[in-house]
This record gives sequence, structure tokens and C-alpha cells, in this order.
Amino acid sequence: MSKLLESTLNPADAVLDQTCLAGDPWMATVRAGQTLRILDLEGNQAVDTLFYSAANAEERYSAADTIARNGQLYLGLGSKLYSSEGRVMLTITADTCGRHDTLGGACSSESNTVRYALDKRPMHSCRDSFMYALCHCREAGVLGMGKRDIAPNINFFMNVPVTPDGHLSFEDGISGAGKYVELKAEMDVVVLISNCPQLNNPCNGYNPTPIRLFIWD
Amino acid sequence: MNPIPANKLLWEEHLPGGNHWSGRLRRGTALRLTDLQGGANVSALFYNAEQPLERYNMPDTLKSQHTAFLTAGYVCQSDMGRVLCSITADSLGWHDTWCGVSDAAMVLAKYGEKRYQEHRNAMHRNGRDNLLIELAKWGLGARDLVPSVNFFSKVVPDAEGALSHVPGHSAAGSYVDVRFEMDTLVVLSSAPHPLDANPVYAPADVQLSAYRAEPVAADDACRTQCAQNGRAFTNTERYVASTGVAA
Repeated sequence: MSKLLESTLNPADAVLDQTCLAGDPWMATVRAGQTLRILDLEGNQAVDTLFYSAANAEERYSAADTIARNGQLYLGLGSKLYSSEGRVMLTITADTCGRHDTLGGACSSESNTVRYALDKRPMHSCRDSFMYALCHCREAGVLGMGKRDIAPNINFFMNVPVTPDGHLSFEDGISGAGKYVELKAEMDVVVLISNCPQLNNPCNGYNPTPIRLFIWD
Repeated sequence: MNPIPANKLLWEEHLPGGNHWSGRLRRGTALRLTDLQGGANVSALFYNAEQPLERYNMPDTLKSQHTAFLTAGYVCQSDMGRVLCSITADSLGWHDTWCGVSDAAMVLAKYGEKRYQEHRNAMHRNGRDNLLIELAKWGLGARDLVPSVNFFSKVVPDAEGALSHVPGHSAAGSYVDVRFEMDTLVVLSSAPHPLDANPVYAPADVQLSAYRAEPVAADDACRTQCAQNGRAFTNTERYVASTGVAA
């Protein structure tokens, strides 16, 4: 487990303070030097997150570059989040949870048919939230984004341990009410979040809940 | 090695180490990759050939099969809940899925400069540019580049998730067979794995052998690996039945 570090930033000084309800998408721009906090309000909530260069969405968060360049399978305090072009997009600067996942990806109606049952297709999913955000959010329109831009994401507050013999399991969340992660942007980035609506596994404690987002200058 | 019967073989091609390749493999065909000198790495991406917005998805593949690596009996799933291809034979037991590919800056920093101008076709190539060159031939590009399967490479985590590349994992003659369940665009790079600790740029050559596969039986090992794979095969068969793709 990574080290924990509390933030010194005061929510009263944040330039943005918004709540993203259970199962909703959220999209915003974080400028270089600004800090984004994702706060798990009620605990055990997976937050599926993607980052894009605000200048060109072709440059985006790359799970493979982040894993290979950090030499690390899990994300935690000090992890650098790398882009598809090998540049550091953000750094994790505070964390009270301890481990975050970037192998598990985002749920979709199609993957729900495979993982759970063919008749689970109608259930709300992260990738449907991503599609909704691509259609409705200003940042996605400005950058001309579409499905091609949806690549494997980060799951903040989610625990997907891999054993040395290569078995992958989905453990109960290690997050709790009030836990948070902070990321300092190293370039201007657009963040796309799906506050995960999954009800078929314990990643949200079978009860998706709201999250709160802060940005500081 | 289990030889490919001569009457099933469609073609063979030599892929030099460090190089790139792409092509369409139809449903019902298979591709054998053979490491010719040992130490090969083949970064592979798979797309639905008729709609490349549908593509290999690393997280969906791993989480539905509860595995972090690929070997015989596992499938490569698309982001649309279908099976693009299945691994029907494997002499190695572990193919990496996490680490993606090298890029030009990484290869330069690790191995030094070796340009076309001085070295002609012995120049250093990198994984990202190799894949981008092949993707561009099909009208695709950086937006279509996702985490690859790295055949012949093994990377293991310790209890805290720190990764190490396993040297000498693939000996000369190692092979893996990939059977296509959909008409698939296959894009390959044989440049070194990004975590390969060998300080010398020495990617092995790979033999590509395409052949006609046997029809997928009801008790096929990939289909019956887990209930999830059975449902992914069902989704694939529904797609094939309703789109007129050759059965």
C-alpha cells in the first residue's frame, strides 16, 4: 500500500466546488499548476476517470505508459500519470485512500452482458455516461471528441489486486467516507469522470453515492 | 511444436525484429506467431475490420477472465462484449497485457541513436511509431492506439505492484496461435518491450503463419474457460448472424 498524505489545501479557497451525483458524468478543465481533489463523500465509490490534453484530445491519459513508466501496477501518492505521448499530465500529490486502479477499466452495457448475464445490457454504465458526456459537455465539443477517444481509464478508490501468479480479483473497496485523492496538473488537461453506477459487483458497495470535486489555483 | 497441416496453411511471412505489419484475418482463420531467435516481443492490436471503432479492450479482457496475462484458453475481447480472437495454443504460458509499447524518445534514451541515414534498414524503430505507421494505412491513428497485447513478454508484479520484466522468458521456437472469431484488422510491432532490461537493441525475428482454423466446437477450451467467455461467444455469434460476416 502506498503512503498516505493529507492535503494542506482549504476547501474554502477552492475556485471550483461541485458535487457529481451517483451515476452521473462530469467534465471540466484543470489548468497547469492547478490541483484537482476527488472526494469520496460516503465511501466505497469507484470514480472512473480519463484525462486529455486541453490542447488536443489525441494526447490522452495512457494506462500502459503510466504502468510501464512508473514500473508500477497501482497508483498512489507520487504516481505520475503519463499521456500517450510520454509526457506527465498530472501527479498525485495527496492521498488518504492508499491505492487506486488503472487495470479494471470502465463498465459498459456490453461488458455487463459478458461479466454478469446477457440480460444486464439495459443497466446504466460508465461508458454510457462517457458517451453522454461526449454528446453534452462543452469541452468534448470543443475538442471534437468521440468514442475513439475513450481508452482504458483510472478507477480512483478502486482496489484490483494482481497476485504474482497473475490472478486478477476485484476486492471490496478500500475507500471510506471522506477519503480523497489530489492531483496537480502538469499541463492543461480536460478531466472526464463517470461516477460509477455499477450495481453488479462490490466496487461501489452495491450502493453508488455522490462525489465532490474541488479545484484550487 | 504442433505443426500446421500443409493443407490448412494459407501463407507465411517473415517479420524482422523491430519491424511492423498489419493485415486482415477473417473469421475462421488463425495466425501462429513463432519467436525465431528467442527474446521476441510482438505488440498486437486487434480491430473489428468492418468497424474499427470496435477494438481490443485490455480491461474488459482481463476482468471478465479474472486474469492479468494471456495464454491458451483465454480470449481477446473487444470493447463491445465480443471475442475478436482466441488463444488456442501457446508454448509459453504468459503474454503481457499491461505495458504498451516503447516510443522514439524511450528507444533513443535506452539504446542510443541508430538512424536510417547511417544504418539503412538496421535502424532503430520503436513500438509506438511502428503501430502508428500501420494504423495510418487503414485510415486510423493515435486516437485508435490502445494498450496492446505484448506476445512473448512476461512482466510480473510484487505484492506492492512493483513490476519486473522476466528476461529469457521466450526461447527460440516459442509460439502462440491466435484464432479469429470476427473479421479482424491485426496490427503488429516487433520492437522491444518497453521494460526489456537488455541494454542492446536486439529484437528477435518472428514468423507469421496464417492457416484455416477448425470450426469452434461447443466444448472449445476458450469458450468454456468461464461462463463469461461463453456469453462473449454468444454475443459474437449474434453479431455474425446479423451482419452477414462469413460464418
